[in-house]
Amino acid sequence: MSHGNIIDPILLSLRVASLATLVVTLTGVVVARLMAGRDFPGKNVVESLLTLPLVLPPSVIGFGLLMLFGKQGPLGRLLESLGATTVIFTWWAAVIASGVVAFPLLYQTVQAAFQSVDKNIENAARTLGAGELRVFLTITLPLAWPGVVAGVVMAFARAMGEFGATMMVAGNIPGMTQTAPLAIYAAAEMGDNRTAAVLVAIVTVICFGVIYWLNFWSKHRLRRWARIDEGLARR
Amino acid sequence: MKGWLVAEIIKPLPVFRLEVKVGVANEILVVLGPSGAGKTTLLQCLAGLQRPREGEITLNGRVLFSSTTRINLPPRHRRVGYVFQDYALFPHLTVQQNAAYGMKRDRYGWAGGLGVSEVLDMLRISHLAHRYPGQISGGERQRTALARALLAGPELLLLDEPLSALDRETRLLLRGELKSLQRRWGIPFILVTHDLEEAEFLGDRVIRLERGKVVAA
Repeated sequence: MSHGNIIDPILLSLRVASLATLVVTLTGVVVARLMAGRDFPGKNVVESLLTLPLVLPPSVIGFGLLMLFGKQGPLGRLLESLGATTVIFTWWAAVIASGVVAFPLLYQTVQAAFQSVDKNIENAARTLGAGELRVFLTITLPLAWPGVVAGVVMAFARAMGEFGATMMVAGNIPGMTQTAPLAIYAAAEMGDNRTAAVLVAIVTVICFGVIYWLNFWSKHRLRRWARIDEGLARR
Repeated sequence: MKGWLVAEIIKPLPVFRLEVKVGVANEILVVLGPSGAGKTTLLQCLAGLQRPREGEITLNGRVLFSSTTRINLPPRHRRVGYVFQDYALFPHLTVQQNAAYGMKRDRYGWAGGLGVSEVLDMLRISHLAHRYPGQISGGERQRTALARALLAGPELLLLDEPLSALDRETRLLLRGELKSLQRRWGIPFILVTHDLEEAEFLGDRVIRLERGKVVAA
């Protein structure tokens, strides 16, 4: 068990999961907002496609990404024509794989949160002269905030734990693309249970901390303007 | 004389057709009717939250909706205030922030030139300015909703069952205030209720709506 065996995969996992979560959050919030206010033919098909990575086997996603981003794949060629080298077997591929599997979790949670916002409250803002962007930024998003944060946290946790698709598209290169789940697998495979156990402990603590913080935060935040305070305020 | 509100609306609903022709001047018009008569739909059509199938709505000479010329102004451009039945206050904003939400500095004549604190004073809720809607009583929420709607500078105010969620004492107090508020503001109010006594007290004119039609004026 060496220092680098522990620190490198953990740092890489944090970096991959953070970047994937950032991208997925930006796109997921925008897509959820666009889908919420619209009804169009084929909407159900689009929604199913957006949720699909949640239920597909990771190997299917990995294979699909290889086909898309490989040297012969459409996105792979596009990147090449833009002067970039291939992303396959780089840590960027791990970001893409984590993002794809984390997206549905975020999207579903955020969309449910947007839908749970009282339409009358949004309409009230409209009658007060607010345009759609202002309604979204000042009413919908703050009211849906606990749901958005929950979605972000779940996406992060899912991205942290990504294994199958990552192994297929990013490989398992120590110090390069070996994320914590892959390092645990590799260590256990080689019989290095000490390294595996330390990594497992660190990953578990990180994930526990994230979920604990989420629960703590949402309770305290909600209390601020919830009717829990009502009895206290009645004179 | 200003044109005030002139509206003619046809909108098919699941079980009947809403068909209303109405004009309102500087007064309180009460729309009285049982639940499910189409009262809220009428208000939402006027505010632009629902779209009538046919008709025309003009407010002070501005066309808000016209099926013949295909005009349908979005709610934010109508200058029609709306007080929702459940007030629809923004739960994450304080009373003061709620009240100020619709204010625009560059629009002349808003709120009769009054600022937030004056309107909160007038409605006697300035001591609650920093409270959240979840922390105040029903009557206080109603006043906040009124302050918020008026501060946006509407040319017409719509009130959907504004007193129905309040206890009797608050209701009697507030309906008197509503009447003087309309006189003071000088814009038409359209108020929807199912309560005959309230309609007679508040209405300069009362129309009765049943199954989408005006049955008595």
